[in-house]
Amino acid sequence: MIPRHLMIGVAFMVTIALGMGAYVWRIRGRVDRTLVSTTMPPVAPPAAGPTEQATLYVAYDDAGVLRPRSAHIPLPAGRQERAEELLRALLDVYLDKTSPHVLAPGSEIRDVYLVDPGLAVIDLNAAFANGHRSGVLIEELTLASLVQTLSANVPGITRIKILVDGKERDTLAGHVDLTSFYDVSAVNQLAVQLAGQ
Amino acid sequence: MHWSSGNGFRSDRRSRGRRARVPFVALIIVASALLLSGSPDEKHVSIYSTAANYSVPVIQRNNLDYLALLEALEPLGTVSANASGGRWNFRYNDINSEFVPGQTRARVRGKDIDLTASFLLENGHGLVPLSSLATLLPRILGGPITFNEAGRRLFIGNVAVHFTAQVSNTNPPKLVMNFTAPVNPTISTEPGKLRMAFTREPLVAPGSQALTFGSKLIPSATFQENNGAAEVVVISTMPVMANFSNDGHTITIAPPVAVATQTQLSVQPPSTTSQPAVTAGNNIGVLATGHYFAVVDASHGGDERGAALTGQLGEKEVTLEFARFLRQELAARGLTTLLVRDGDITLTPDQRAALTNAADGAIYICVHAASQGTGVRLYTALVSGIGENHGLFVDWNTAQTSFLGRSQAAAASVAAKLKNKQVPVRSLAAPLRPLSNIITAALVVELAPPGNDVSQLTSPAYQQSIAGTVAAGIVDVRDKLQDGPK
Repeated sequence: MIPRHLMIGVAFMVTIALGMGAYVWRIRGRVDRTLVSTTMPPVAPPAAGPTEQATLYVAYDDAGVLRPRSAHIPLPAGRQERAEELLRALLDVYLDKTSPHVLAPGSEIRDVYLVDPGLAVIDLNAAFANGHRSGVLIEELTLASLVQTLSANVPGITRIKILVDGKERDTLAGHVDLTSFYDVSAVNQLAVQLAGQ
Repeated sequence: MHWSSGNGFRSDRRSRGRRARVPFVALIIVASALLLSGSPDEKHVSIYSTAANYSVPVIQRNNLDYLALLEALEPLGTVSANASGGRWNFRYNDINSEFVPGQTRARVRGKDIDLTASFLLENGHGLVPLSSLATLLPRILGGPITFNEAGRRLFIGNVAVHFTAQVSNTNPPKLVMNFTAPVNPTISTEPGKLRMAFTREPLVAPGSQALTFGSKLIPSATFQENNGAAEVVVISTMPVMANFSNDGHTITIAPPVAVATQTQLSVQPPSTTSQPAVTAGNNIGVLATGHYFAVVDASHGGDERGAALTGQLGEKEVTLEFARFLRQELAARGLTTLLVRDGDITLTPDQRAALTNAADGAIYICVHAASQGTGVRLYTALVSGIGENHGLFVDWNTAQTSFLGRSQAAAASVAAKLKNKQVPVRSLAAPLRPLSNIITAALVVELAPPGNDVSQLTSPAYQQSIAGTVAAGIVDVRDKLQDGPK
């Protein structure tokens, strides 16, 4: 006859084994979902839902100025997604036929990363930088437009770094420095200069 | 630096960042310790061949210098190695070698060869004594090599670059060095000496390591080899600068024109003519010492064309023409001026900043050109953040911060002069390099066409008119720029 304490022990062990099996099965499902999400190419999420008023800082080449423009944009709740949507809305202005500050076809914001404390990293695609017109003012208007639009609508950003295709690049198109981290306060002052002719 | 992208990065970075801080801080401490302990005295061997020039670290074991054989020969051909049966079998192209850890006898191409010390095997890396390379490598490579063990320089095949050095009889005398291949040494100066370090070039001594020229200005030079580099030290009794020409085949060492002229003036009647401008020659000028009021820098150049102003016209051509006019106008107003580039050469922002800072001028004026807009745009540095300055050591990226007041004063003065001349002008800050790295007043002058016709950018009359007005604006703040410690 099997002793009672042995039977209880075996039953306990079997229960533990079944519980762990179920847990592992659940974890595996999560890993699969994570793998799918990280291996899929980034897709610009469709802008949908209720819109919010945002201020885009738009560059005007003719006058060489940067001016605020109100826009109603569907903005997600998350800061990260909100930042990306804002910059994509700004690029829509520049890629439009009536653009006041023409960017190269195919220019895109690949990602915006918000990193503590107060750092935002804007990752442009190669077409954005490679096709950008060269010139101090033209490049500076693009930089100030991106930085101002982001910092004005996403609170808490104090520094901004710009990458191209996930890598550091010396300049945007031969002039404006992209190796530095930009202080939002310094770019704010620049935006004031760029606002008035 | 590489930043990966992907949606996985988005999830809860805040908490992950905190968790990651402890190992990150530990990593920084370990990396700092490694850097502090190792880098300055790290030994390495420079290897020169027709395939590649590179360097390999020297490993010290048992007070002897060793070299990792596979890593040393990898850039030269197909290499492989495996350890089996207590032996390390190494294959270079189709040549087999066999080494036994702890033994001094090796077998190459089926023949025994004696090493000067035991062969070592560490984590799959075969280490051979440095002093055995002269006998071992010719057998493995199947050709002659020259190994300077003291200088740790290895020449494979006939790759050496030779040079001649001769002092000309001109006034002032010049030391002309001609090289059999283009060279690009790192140049540094100290009182009475100009040092040229050749780390990438297989430069060899010209017969004797000590060269004497019989010149009072440049009496001698020495050639020495150390830790994988060759160094030529030119001794001079007055400040000298090095000019590169002939596509890097020639280096001319001579006093800057200003210094030479000032020396002559001391024994001649005072001249009523304005002080001369100094050009850095057809290439970058490297100053041993020297004080200039202004440093004018034509942006872009060489491989870097800058903006395409028209189908044929590149920004680099306009900036050079305008910089020459500006130098002329400044010199005409008695301001000694150094032109950073006076030819079509490529310079990095760091090179421009280093040259400017060495020149110790009162103002740096960088010239750009654009087809957009009209007139002139003036830029001072947009400096982000406060750098970490420690005594004499100034943070490179924010070096301009202390001089922004002077820079803005110069920009305001130039803008006022341009407005008086009815030239459209705008003053802005801009994140441009090397502006942020300059330790004196610094200004960018961006020249745009006078009207809608971009071709007017190349008009000598227009360029000279703007250059004269800019120079007049600089003269107005001359005292302010020179005032007080820099």
